[in-house]
Amino acid sequence: MNFFRFINGSIKIILRGNKTYYAWLIFLSLLIIWGGFGYLGQLREGLIKSHMRDSVSWAFYIGNFTFLVGVAAAAVMLVIPAYVYNWKPIKEIVIFGELLAVCAVIMCISFIVVDIGNPLRFWHMLPIVGTMNFPSSMLSWDFFVLIAYLFINLFVVTYLLYCIFYKKEYNRKVVLPFVLFSIPMAVAIHTVTAFLYNALPARIFWNSALLAPRFLASAFCSGPAILLILFQILRKTTKFEIKDEAIWRIAELMVYAMFIYLFFTVAELFKEFYSGTEHILYWKYLLFGIGENKEIVVYSWSSIIMGFIAFVLFLIPKTRKNFLTLNIGAVLIYASVYVEKGIALIIPGFTPDVLGQIYVYTPSMTEIRTAAMIFSIGFLLFTFLSKIAIAIVFDDYNIDSLNRDARRERVTNDK
Amino acid sequence: MKKENSRRSFLKNISLATFSALALSGCDMKAIDEFLQLNFRTLSKKEKDKLIKDLEAKYKGKYGKEFNVSAKPAIEGTLFGYALDLSRCIGCRRCVYACVKENNQSREPQIHWIQVLQMEKEKGIDFAHSDVQYNPEKVPEKGHFYLPVQCQQCRNPQCVTVCPVKATWQEPDGIVVVDYNWCIGCRYCMAACPYGARHFNWGEPNVPVEEINTEMHYLGNRPRMKGVVEKCTFCVQRTREGKYPACVEICPVGARKFGNLLDPVSEIRYILENKRVIVLKQELNTQPKFYYFFGI
Repeated sequence: MNFFRFINGSIKIILRGNKTYYAWLIFLSLLIIWGGFGYLGQLREGLIKSHMRDSVSWAFYIGNFTFLVGVAAAAVMLVIPAYVYNWKPIKEIVIFGELLAVCAVIMCISFIVVDIGNPLRFWHMLPIVGTMNFPSSMLSWDFFVLIAYLFINLFVVTYLLYCIFYKKEYNRKVVLPFVLFSIPMAVAIHTVTAFLYNALPARIFWNSALLAPRFLASAFCSGPAILLILFQILRKTTKFEIKDEAIWRIAELMVYAMFIYLFFTVAELFKEFYSGTEHILYWKYLLFGIGENKEIVVYSWSSIIMGFIAFVLFLIPKTRKNFLTLNIGAVLIYASVYVEKGIALIIPGFTPDVLGQIYVYTPSMTEIRTAAMIFSIGFLLFTFLSKIAIAIVFDDYNIDSLNRDARRERVTNDK
Repeated sequence: MKKENSRRSFLKNISLATFSALALSGCDMKAIDEFLQLNFRTLSKKEKDKLIKDLEAKYKGKYGKEFNVSAKPAIEGTLFGYALDLSRCIGCRRCVYACVKENNQSREPQIHWIQVLQMEKEKGIDFAHSDVQYNPEKVPEKGHFYLPVQCQQCRNPQCVTVCPVKATWQEPDGIVVVDYNWCIGCRYCMAACPYGARHFNWGEPNVPVEEINTEMHYLGNRPRMKGVVEKCTFCVQRTREGKYPACVEICPVGARKFGNLLDPVSEIRYILENKRVIVLKQELNTQPKFYYFFGI
């Protein structure tokens, strides 16, 4: 009974908001409808509506998947510095970080579903009912760790919110092991995703031991960028308290991550270009194009330039501590990693293809619309969940308030 | 009490409605059957027989022809191997089209299991400088040689390792096959294959009814559906009946050789013994059973 009242109350909360909030909801809904019709076309006619072909058989969808795994991982890894530096609102950071992780994992799985040719056969991947190729296939590993990660985070965040809602003291012995376990799991999901590509000797571009470390470093740039902006919004609109120093500290940690990422990439580039074997082709295609085929160059350089500007903005203390430049930097690094993972990581793995042929790939309208749909659904979900979490954590939304409302209703009914 | 009743009757009505809707559309039951079909390798002999019979009936209904779908297992004591004479191949692509016809590959969108690469003689086997779209009046072109590539039927197939659902596997006679009804279409195998031998049905495959080959194997040339991966099977529907693959039969210069690697007096063993053979991308340790050699 309480559960239904909770659902009822939560719906009331997510429908409450100012004009900006409603504009945001309408914007997301329009994107979902626009993207949904694009995806419908793909469902009807097949993946031929994408620009993927036999030469480039994975592309934008799987790139988005990879990016979001990074976001999901980094959201939780932020708990480490919060703990080490003893930021005051550690519980809140855990709650919002894990909520973001939950939404990001749901988006990841959605991107896999839209990428496979027979989404209805998804159950073939499950153990027992299907024939999961475990432990051989890295894809079944990835699926396994992602699902495990989803449930751990879902459990921790629901349990914490439940306790706050019922005004109970949460049991540290229950929560702590799960929070501690979710941190190596966060590392695991991104590492396994890197291994997914890394383990293919046929694809020379990915067949580098640096791939997994580079993944983690880049995730630590993009994931906290979202939380950085979210924390500022929360601070402005709710009773959430986080000191400027903590935000600057996150930015500082992001600079380290960016530097490590840059260093790894330079090391990779040095090895490739100095040895100058035929393996250099893929980097050449990414950075300069091969012959007439330069379509992808604009993506790679825009990612490099955005990333570099963000690095400089975060590196200089003055711009790091100015909230305008800090936020510009956060958006830039987010966009940079998005383009890097979405396009610059996947496409050169396939171009030139294994037989040396070049098929020029750029995302089709259907792919862009489908991706827009998934991102909008994810953001919508995150908005709703955050709204409810904010009400529970900061505003007076709890079992007492529900009882109060119920009593009031009864009184009005009696009259 | 009354309220309870109304809820119960509502539930009853809605389940009745659902069942009658399902019953009315008989084809939907077939779709459900197909949806619930299990991995071919886990089926018993009886289940396989029933499946094959249903398939033959289904194809007959769809194409209006008699079909013979085989599920013949590998013959004991066979391990198929292939050898291709690089010095003879003239790049005419007859094998490509014979394969398309034999194996019911989609014409539009076009799928070719064999890719013929035109290479420059001065560069040797160099994929980066090869061309698959060559289109002169006459082949062979001066200064070039030709390297046809199809599934190399690796002893250590990467595509099988990575498949998350075990929809593809190596048969006892060495042929790597796909269960088209089990493949989820994730295309991980395509990323893993170093030879570009796997092809995806990006759209609904389309084979003209009058050209369809009715002699089929469940794991080979039966019609595929949208969203699944397919590949060369050494013409499993032919070779398990003792015939040559279509590409071997059509080759006008006799560049293609095929046989049982376990048979000491087979032609393929003669080639391995008396010619010097190479395999493609040997450094990847895929150990192909598809060899290239120089006959003259």
